[in-house]
Amino acid sequence: MKVAVLQFPGSNCDQDAFHIFASGLRLPTRYVWHKDTFLGEADLVVIPGGFSYGDYLRCGAIARFSPVMAAVREYAAQGGLVFAICNGFQIACEAGLLPGALIRNSSLEFRCLTCELRVEDSTESFNAGALGATVRVPIAHGEGNYRIDEAGLARLEANRQILFRYIHNPNGSISGIAGIRNEQGNVFGMMPHPERAFERFHSSRDGLAVAKAVLATRFPEFSAKSAVPVVPV
Amino acid sequence: MAEAQPTLTNPKPAISAPLPPNPDPILNKTITEELVRKHGLLPDEYELIRRSLGREPTLTELGIFSVMWSEHCSYKNSRRLLKGFPTEKSGETKGFGRVLVKAGEENAGIIDVGNGWAVAFKIESHNHPSAVEPFEGAATGVGGIIRDIFTMGARPVLLTDSLRFGDLSSPVTKRLLRGVVAGIAHYGNCVGVPTVGGDVYFDPSYEGNPLVNALCLGVLRHDQIRLGKATGVGNPVYYVGAATGRDGLGGASFASRELSEASAADRPAVQKGDPFMEKLLIEACLEMMAVPGLVVGIQDMGAAGLTCSTCETASRGGAGIEIELDRVPQRESGMNSYEIMLSESQERMLVIVQRGREPEIEAIFAKWDLHASNIGTVTDTGRMLVTQHGVPVADIPAPVLTDQAPLYSRDALEPPSLAITQAWTPAALADLDAAGARAALPRLLGHPTIASKRWIYRQYDHMVQHGTVVLPGSDAGVVRLRLGKKQKFIAISNDCNGRYCALNPRRGAMIAMAECLRNLACTGAAPLAMTDNLNFGNPYKPENFFQLGECVSGLSEVCRFFDVPVVGGNVSLYNESPAGAIDPTPTVAVVGLIEKERQVTRQFVRSSAEKLILLGGAPFELGGSQYLGVIHGLKTGDAPAVDLAAEKALDEFLLGQIKAGRRIRAAHDLSEGGLLVAVAEMLFAPAPAEGAAPPAFGAVLDLTPFAAPRLDALLFGESQGRIVVAVKDEGPVLEAAAAAGIPASLIGRVTRGRTLSVSAGPFSARWKVAELRRVWETSIESAMARPGLD
Repeated sequence: MKVAVLQFPGSNCDQDAFHIFASGLRLPTRYVWHKDTFLGEADLVVIPGGFSYGDYLRCGAIARFSPVMAAVREYAAQGGLVFAICNGFQIACEAGLLPGALIRNSSLEFRCLTCELRVEDSTESFNAGALGATVRVPIAHGEGNYRIDEAGLARLEANRQILFRYIHNPNGSISGIAGIRNEQGNVFGMMPHPERAFERFHSSRDGLAVAKAVLATRFPEFSAKSAVPVVPV
Repeated sequence: MAEAQPTLTNPKPAISAPLPPNPDPILNKTITEELVRKHGLLPDEYELIRRSLGREPTLTELGIFSVMWSEHCSYKNSRRLLKGFPTEKSGETKGFGRVLVKAGEENAGIIDVGNGWAVAFKIESHNHPSAVEPFEGAATGVGGIIRDIFTMGARPVLLTDSLRFGDLSSPVTKRLLRGVVAGIAHYGNCVGVPTVGGDVYFDPSYEGNPLVNALCLGVLRHDQIRLGKATGVGNPVYYVGAATGRDGLGGASFASRELSEASAADRPAVQKGDPFMEKLLIEACLEMMAVPGLVVGIQDMGAAGLTCSTCETASRGGAGIEIELDRVPQRESGMNSYEIMLSESQERMLVIVQRGREPEIEAIFAKWDLHASNIGTVTDTGRMLVTQHGVPVADIPAPVLTDQAPLYSRDALEPPSLAITQAWTPAALADLDAAGARAALPRLLGHPTIASKRWIYRQYDHMVQHGTVVLPGSDAGVVRLRLGKKQKFIAISNDCNGRYCALNPRRGAMIAMAECLRNLACTGAAPLAMTDNLNFGNPYKPENFFQLGECVSGLSEVCRFFDVPVVGGNVSLYNESPAGAIDPTPTVAVVGLIEKERQVTRQFVRSSAEKLILLGGAPFELGGSQYLGVIHGLKTGDAPAVDLAAEKALDEFLLGQIKAGRRIRAAHDLSEGGLLVAVAEMLFAPAPAEGAAPPAFGAVLDLTPFAAPRLDALLFGESQGRIVVAVKDEGPVLEAAAAAGIPASLIGRVTRGRTLSVSAGPFSARWKVAELRRVWETSIESAMARPGLD
């Protein structure tokens, strides 16, 4: 079980993502530089948050051309597990790994706060036992307003690709969407930061359950019944 | 005003041969009195320049002197006062607290936190740029202070900001607040350093001249400390980071003048920041500094850019430096030597590299797609020699620019109004009746100085690096430090009540420092060191210089009494708008250490079983209070009394109680708004998530035993040295307080109810806690609301 965390110029949650897997889940974790063209051996690739390329032009629009992204596309096409967080989610959308796009928050301001997310009916293995439960995970973004056309939204719903919805929508996302997966079920993306919710002093430790839920879709040893439990509704 | 008499302490041998003409003919003007004046230099200072060069300076050299001898770079009007600050601990240190790099020696001071680790921190102002162009001004303020920290070899782990604005009802203030907050967010969020706290005051004295003081703290191992020294003759001098443009020309001299109507025309003097470039610079520089022996010296190019970094590194290293401007990366074509030397383009660093190891630094910067240009060499001449197109354009002994800048003591005069306001008593002021008291509490809680700053800090990424333990909104911010396999916790508190400083500069400054220390005690932290940002008006006005001297002396006294050294800071003078000088504002930030996670304490009550104890007694002072300001429109009286021995005993008692076990459930210091505001704030624990219900507690207080002569002073007076703690069992804490000689009274209990009830003799009042919370939480938010947006 090996985790690879990508590093783009301007990534700033790379170390946080490293730590939730390395310290929180005690998994062998390493960084992969964006100029690398090989991912090496990896059971999970994490695209972390931050401001890749300063978010210039459009969030994630430049990072998707980084050499490593060709390797990520190839890896995902072969069914490899990808977890894209915040700026990583924006990069994944720009790279076509996930449908839709993220635009400026409806408040036109950056928002950093802890959100309650409802665990949606997605794949059985992701939300085993936790459907309808609430998790508390922080957000920190200026462009987290998820947008997709009506047909696309209908497809997300029909294929049960929506992972989480905000209980109190902080950014104007369509249908309150906080995270989605691709149709094949191996690429996961979300704006909230599970890597900021795992230490004893964090506002919640639900991030661990979220990280485990992503892993559990491929590796059953992470699907403990108590994996995504959390706050009773 | 007396004529200032500049003195040259150690004249260098004159270099009398005139320099050849500058390649740009426009720079070959004769230096006139008019030109000297436009460069902000006095005739005497110009004479001193001529004497130290042994010839007329070139225009490029005049520009170099004007920035290096500006208040911003030379502290010429304040340096003598600053020498009074203690820069080292006098007592013994127990495993941490030793000063490793002292104030004034380097870009930031460094303090030992034990186990071979240290923290570097410093505060710096960006007031004038923020007044003229709030977004870029505040953003580049953050960028500049971050560079001061990582240039020492430290990884930046937290930011805080002390902000001062005029009355929030004014559209100008709203524009400035929106711009400053967006600028700080833009830079700090992108660069990935959490903004974990700060303080914000709104007072008409800051109308048109807001204060933006940004602080950064970084962590490093002792062996990672790097200094801004150019040593080793023949070592190459590298320029890394962004290219040089014409932006920010002469920013340091701009910051050393009063703001006027014409200041808007100074917009070109405001720099533009690129936080993405800064993030790359942080990573590339830390990677470079981690290579043993590669970096000889390093300094950021902040105020006065290339000029300051070259002459300061040479002067500190006792060496000379030669640079060739043709090799400086340039953003625009046709820049002349004056422009290149004075540009304040952001995100640039100067690095002295070990000779022969050039390929190593170049490889690291290539990895990060950054410039690394070899622009010159360390020499043994002691001079800063600048050439362009092969022609020498400036040749100045480096120490003349740095250590030998003129120093002045200005005339100080106590404003006669102080004696009058200090003699004020509330005798003529009607005391509050029950109805008045009921109305006063929500008005105070809704005043933007006291109200929740959530509208501000929710725009800052305060959680990145996943180490934020105490989120913004409690007495002090707390961040976990990863020190190899160990962890410790750093607490930081910023404070300064300008209202007190206006009424009694010395006491006001002492209170600012004492309050920071009290805030740290409330968080469970032992103080390490302080950094200060002295924001004052024009020092040539005797009343302003009086305030500066009094405040510095007050701060020094508290630092010595608590044995908390000053590790650096900044002086910002000329904070005046056409309406006059700002209230004197010596912003203080104190950093403290918490060794164990369980000692981290917050200001919010946690259960209905808790009892509330007031530590420090109940004197009934009203002078300088927010109550007088908000309810009576008065800024008068004397600042509250300060008893340092009592403050120290109180802080040590509370820390002892926190360390002793789990007795202290919450602790909150009394400050603006006094006792009732403090208790109300203890009930305002944040909701666990956006939109979720916050914990609902009430409280019942009985203040009858204090037999207060005035109700207003009892409820809202701001006497110092007081803390309210919430405890499960009052007995042991009251006993321990009695044994330690700390005044302590049980004043009430936390309830499951929804009201805050207070009685004091015949007076009684009740408030719905939810209603008080709503006023406190939404005050700034509703003032800043933009219809049509969420």
